[in-house]
Amino acid sequence: MKEITCKLLVIGAGPGGYVCAIRAGQLGVDTVIVEMAKPGGTCLNIGCIPSKAIIHAADDFAKTVAMAAGKNAMGIKADNPAIDLAKTMAWKDGITGRLTLGVAGLLKKAGVKIVVGRAKFRDGKTVAVETETGEQVIRAENIVIATGSAPVELPMLPFGGLASPSGAKVISSTGALSLTEVPARLAVVGAGYIGLELGLAFAKLGAKVTIVEALDRILPLYDTQLTQPVAKRLAALGVEVLLGTKVKGMSSNGEALLAETGSGEERRIAADKILVTVGRKPVTEGWGREELELDMDGRFLRIDEQCRTSMRGIYAVGDVTGEPMLAHRAMVQGEMVAEIVSGKRRAWDKRAIPAVCFTDPEIVSVGLSPDEAKAAGREIKIGQFPFSANGRAMTLSAEEGFVRVVARADNHLVLGIQGVGAGISELSAAFSLAIEMGARLEDIAGTIHAHPTQSEAFAEAALKALGHALHI
Amino acid sequence: MAEKLIKLPDVGEGVAEAELVEWHVNVGDLVREDMVLAAVMTGKATVEIPSPVDGEVTFRYGEIGDVIATGTVILKIRIAGEGAGDEEEIEGGDSGEEPRVKPAIPPVAALEQASEKKVEPLKPKAEIAASPPVAKALPHAAGAPRAEGEKPLAPPAVRLRAKEAGIDLRQVPGTGPAGRITHEDLDAFLNSQPGSGAIAAGLQPNKAVQEVKVVGLRRRIAEKMALSKSRIPHITYVEEIDMTALEELRTRMNGTQKPGRPKLTILPFLMRAMVKAIAEQPGINALYDDEAGIIRHYGGVHIGIAAQTPSGLVVPVVKHAEARDIFDCAHEVARLSDAAKNGTALREELSGSTITISSLGAMGGIVSTPVINHPEVAIIGVNKLAVRPHWDGAQFVPRKMMNLSSSFDHRVIDGWDAATFVQRLKALMETPALIFVEE
Repeated sequence: MKEITCKLLVIGAGPGGYVCAIRAGQLGVDTVIVEMAKPGGTCLNIGCIPSKAIIHAADDFAKTVAMAAGKNAMGIKADNPAIDLAKTMAWKDGITGRLTLGVAGLLKKAGVKIVVGRAKFRDGKTVAVETETGEQVIRAENIVIATGSAPVELPMLPFGGLASPSGAKVISSTGALSLTEVPARLAVVGAGYIGLELGLAFAKLGAKVTIVEALDRILPLYDTQLTQPVAKRLAALGVEVLLGTKVKGMSSNGEALLAETGSGEERRIAADKILVTVGRKPVTEGWGREELELDMDGRFLRIDEQCRTSMRGIYAVGDVTGEPMLAHRAMVQGEMVAEIVSGKRRAWDKRAIPAVCFTDPEIVSVGLSPDEAKAAGREIKIGQFPFSANGRAMTLSAEEGFVRVVARADNHLVLGIQGVGAGISELSAAFSLAIEMGARLEDIAGTIHAHPTQSEAFAEAALKALGHALHI
Repeated sequence: MAEKLIKLPDVGEGVAEAELVEWHVNVGDLVREDMVLAAVMTGKATVEIPSPVDGEVTFRYGEIGDVIATGTVILKIRIAGEGAGDEEEIEGGDSGEEPRVKPAIPPVAALEQASEKKVEPLKPKAEIAASPPVAKALPHAAGAPRAEGEKPLAPPAVRLRAKEAGIDLRQVPGTGPAGRITHEDLDAFLNSQPGSGAIAAGLQPNKAVQEVKVVGLRRRIAEKMALSKSRIPHITYVEEIDMTALEELRTRMNGTQKPGRPKLTILPFLMRAMVKAIAEQPGINALYDDEAGIIRHYGGVHIGIAAQTPSGLVVPVVKHAEARDIFDCAHEVARLSDAAKNGTALREELSGSTITISSLGAMGGIVSTPVINHPEVAIIGVNKLAVRPHWDGAQFVPRKMMNLSSSFDHRVIDGWDAATFVQRLKALMETPALIFVEE
């Protein structure tokens, strides 16, 4: 096949890679992107988007079930709700299908050439792609590694283990997002955000869910104030959460998951499916890293503030470059690299990367938590406002949760904003903007927040920190 | 040891509170009498609070931005080497001196006063007190200084601009709330950036770049010029012309002017000379359609006169110069250039030329390289008329000399033809009677 030469080659069309390629195309950079599966990466195909679809379906279903059980305070009744999970999955696949087509269209519109296949470095300027029709060699002035991440596997519970007519018993998040029947009993290993999001969803869909976590708390990245409403909801849904419990493996008959609690007690957790969500690992193998001299930073590729690796002309963006492994971080990195390659001066200068857990209720965190601020030697003021005092939250039957603002005591500069509550993910925009713009408590308190909305809790939290909240 | 309590002074105008805007001391700092401790701001002015004593700061109340009631104790200063225990209340500024009030924009007198103070005999405290108002009064001179290791605070748009300008924001003082760096701070920093590091001389590099959109007439001129210069290989030929005789005739004609007749400039003489020369060389008065590969020789001599107007160069056209006598030519040139300057020239009056004259009069210089008005094939440039010494074979005599710089489209006019044409003009103008001879 005829060799391709280009100015920019992007390996991987996930959020980091495809954004990089689109932006480069817009800037007139001659760009090629290589992807072995569908464009959109983990996020669009087997991550963010499909999981949110399933979570939404599960929420709706759980509400209907509650109505049928006569537990709806608004007086809505329903009869015998049922869910056809295969149909739910088809609906979800329709969404991801539209989005991946959309990404392909955007790439095309930006003039980016898409090569489908598995890329492998030959040297720092050359990549060979195994395509359906043979090997395609691509030479590029600049190469962006955007190979992403993959679920971590436990040696005693390999993915795909114990195959049965209904598919493998041990599944990753990818497997969970393509189940066509709700398992009667689901064991979830790992109480991080992926395990909890999916565990909660399947509990709502009717599975008996047991979550096993080695640490002594759920969502270890968030403080207990933020996770407490989630713990409460887990209990209300009948999800058993075994903290400080280590997974030992499968029972010999393959019926149950074996675990050992903190007190040394052996537990047999009978399960139809075992969902392992113990984290994600960067994809640093399988694309010819051994042909290059790339410095590592632990498990990740080492990058500088311009996403440059230790080799000239080779950049890396997204999950392969480290925590937080979030799509929006990758996208901004990708955009920045495209602009750098086009000759603009750019460097990573963000003050905060928002993080959202789509648990029930949702959790948002932007910037520093109170503990992190204190650890950084700051004297701080904290303002927290509960949704139980917010009119809109009451009308939504979503009074659980709060918004919390952390600011410097001396000049009231906002250092962090966290919150937990139904639908709070959408407030993350205001939180991020406040921090990125360098807002002080007075700026937030001095902004008119529409009534009646949950966003009023944000202004009230700032007022609270200033010592004069109005509605509490 | 005695402690002095410094209270927020009554800053006048009946205000009961003031905003704390600057702290100059921390707890534990040693201060000297008259040294500025803090500054507070009312709606109108900033007031500095000087120390009434020498001593050590033991207590400080309030953070920058706090609004504090008059009379609140804001500082305690332990006075070294004095008797025990007694506290003394002092209102800041009430130490036998008026509080120093600095208006937002200092009157010149204040600046002078401040600099005068510096010259006062050695009294270090006076200097300390005197210099800050000067520095502070300058716009954007400084925000609250960032503490060491503190990251600069700026919104994303400011960061982007700084990045593109190659500015390290750590160097830029921020005047916004919480020391936030605003667009104005960045402007001030960019403007104060010395090119070489030497600011002292008072010469400041101006880094301002103003973008002016090329629109309207300017864009048409730009396109026309680019077209002419890119399509036409120019040959420019310069010859000097002895204008003494023509000038003598012109002066006489203007002197014996009938009322109502226009004053004659050189242009109408040149125009008539061109008509004559063109009669012999019709190839000069032509339009070359290079795409069709056709040259159109015109019987009518339509002379464009390049004229400067407030919005740029326009070329009004004197139609059928061959059918106009010299006064008619003069009249038409005057009328058209007025119309062009006033913007009242009609479309037809600004198009249809077959040859062009470019003349800047007294600004004409010695040589120019006129750009041919596409698709014409020749342009005659008139340079400045000046008295120059001329060797007449025996001696130098003063003659009125003028150069003609003329450009020709070398694709269709050979150097020989160009030279012949200009030499013909020279002959006609040096012996102006020939211009008027009917053949």
